[in-house]
Amino acid sequence: MEKRELICIGCPLGCMLTVELEGAEVVNVTGNTCPRGKTYAEKEVTNPTRIVTSSVKVSGGDRVSVACKTKNDIPKGKIFDVARALKDVVVEAPVCIGDVLLENVADTGVEIVATSTAKRK
Amino acid sequence: MKSYDIVIVGGGPAGLAAAASAKENGIDSILILERDRELGGILNQCIHNGFGLHTFKEELTGPEYAGRFIEKVEDLGIEYMLNTMVMDISTDKVVTAMNREEGLFEIQAKAIILAMGCRERPRGALNTPGYRPAGIFSAGTAQRLVNMEGYLPGREVVILGSGDIGLIMARRMTIEGAKVKLVAELMPYSGGLKRNIVQCLDDFNIPLKLSHTVVDIDGKDRVKGITLAQVDERNKPIPGTEEYIPCDTLLLSCGLIPENELSRGLGIDMEAVTNGPIVNESLETSAEGVFACGNVLHVHDLVDFVSEEAAMAGKNAVRYIKEARNEEVARIDMVPTDGVRYTVPKYIRLEKMEDTLTVRFRVGGVYKNCYISTYFDGERVMKRKRPVVAPGEMEEIKLSKAKLAEYPNLKTITVKIEEA
Ligand SMILES: Cc1cc2nc3c(=O)[nH]c(=O)nc-3n(C[C@H](O)[C@H](O)[C@H](O)COP(=O)(O)OP(=O)(O)OC[C@H]3O[C@@H](n4cnc5c(N)ncnc54)[C@H](O)[C@@H]3O)c2cc1C
Ligand code: SF4
Repeated sequence: MEKRELICIGCPLGCMLTVELEGAEVVNVTGNTCPRGKTYAEKEVTNPTRIVTSSVKVSGGDRVSVACKTKNDIPKGKIFDVARALKDVVVEAPVCIGDVLLENVADTGVEIVATSTAKRK
Repeated sequence: MKSYDIVIVGGGPAGLAAAASAKENGIDSILILERDRELGGILNQCIHNGFGLHTFKEELTGPEYAGRFIEKVEDLGIEYMLNTMVMDISTDKVVTAMNREEGLFEIQAKAIILAMGCRERPRGALNTPGYRPAGIFSAGTAQRLVNMEGYLPGREVVILGSGDIGLIMARRMTIEGAKVKLVAELMPYSGGLKRNIVQCLDDFNIPLKLSHTVVDIDGKDRVKGITLAQVDERNKPIPGTEEYIPCDTLLLSCGLIPENELSRGLGIDMEAVTNGPIVNESLETSAEGVFACGNVLHVHDLVDFVSEEAAMAGKNAVRYIKEARNEEVARIDMVPTDGVRYTVPKYIRLEKMEDTLTVRFRVGGVYKNCYISTYFDGERVMKRKRPVVAPGEMEEIKLSKAKLAEYPNLKTITVKIEEA
């Protein structure tokens, strides 16, 4: 049996998790304070994913950019593809929190949504 | 002179939560004064996620978390003034503020809640001789530039200090296309949250050099490189360990300290360790009816706890206005020792205490397999096992009023770290 130590990134508490693996299968997770820790550990050893946060340019707004994020997590290996896809995006003000700014970013099937607002100038 | 029951200084998460709680506890005459052009405080530039898991059971970004509280304050019809800087607070609770429309003006309050947040430490950690070329930024300034102005301050970056803002900026600048060469930390441990080390450094293979510092900066007009050196136990650079790292940008992440000019001006008692005011169980400062919460009280790493603490301050301000005061009540002193650096609150008046009280503190070093122990005078009444505690993460204990009441002559409550 293989044991792996992980730090849960589910929230800022950062619980220290121990994952017991039987081959590629997770048989036990300990050290988590809440159920999210177990889900995280299972995913991290099999298919690690992340939420990507960034910002995109705004035209015609009361500010030059709005913050955004991937609506769901994307494979860790695709972080830079997502970042590159956001480089040239310019959105028209007004923008509200939750507005979809881009669909299927970098072929992940995940949307980019706004996380801050910009009013029209 | 205008007057309000409660005036709140600062419209960040602490000010917003305090306002909402005061309103919900039955006071309508509330005014928030905010110097920025919008509510939300530092969260507006913290566009990364990880906020609010404890409060909302979902993971939000900074502006989204702030947005929830702003909406609440708007829905409750609480008054606020933007672009308004508080200049002075007097002991008889006259708040002097300034803005473009009204110039300098005064407001009389019955209770005041301090929620001014914190600011970055000045360049303390950087004692290198020579020029001050362009390309040296505090991590918070860099965060504002990248996230709010859409401007990347450099391409090849070294970060000094492993506080959370530094770690978060390592990731942010990497995603924006910069090369972050390393993060150097003077101490043998990181000052940031573990999850930030995993997500911001490990994910991108950015090395964290513990017990290292910058001893020289090369470049006259613009940074061209820095010299890194290892330090000994007394934080002195070890000769022969110097290494030259080419870079065009140096970010300083030297930690945060409470914004305390107004608190000092008010003449209230300050806690030397936190640089914030000393408060009692009601989060009331040594000036009666003046409360403090959030980063102005002590620097927090989790905004959820800021909101929780601020809600208590709001509730207690209402109580202060509504209840008669009984002057001399017995006080129980909190004594932080053996690794515990401070506690908030600093003392407790049993009569005013809620059924349970959360006492928050930080430790001075990394302790593994230890107990957090609580003593009522000489007797150990609680111990909690912790696999590891570190200065980067705030700790807490909960006290129950019923338990305290069992010790009628209790003078001190000691909190300490003990070996397990
Ligand atoms: C870079 C960074 C990253 C963080 N990351 C996380 C994270 O991932 N997860 C998490 O849970 N928490 C995080 N935090 C912590 C959390 O965001 C803070 O603890 C929280 O914002 C503190 O709230 P506050 O209201 O006390 O202070 P602030 O947000 O700083 O608000 C204070 C407000 O007071 C105003 N003010 C100050 N002085 C005056 C004056 N004289 N007159 C009028 N107004 C005034 C300021 O303009 C400001 O709006 C982070 C903090 C920082 C700095
Ligand atoms: S296990 Fe739960 S409490 Fe612990 S870090 Fe993960 S999400 Fe947070």
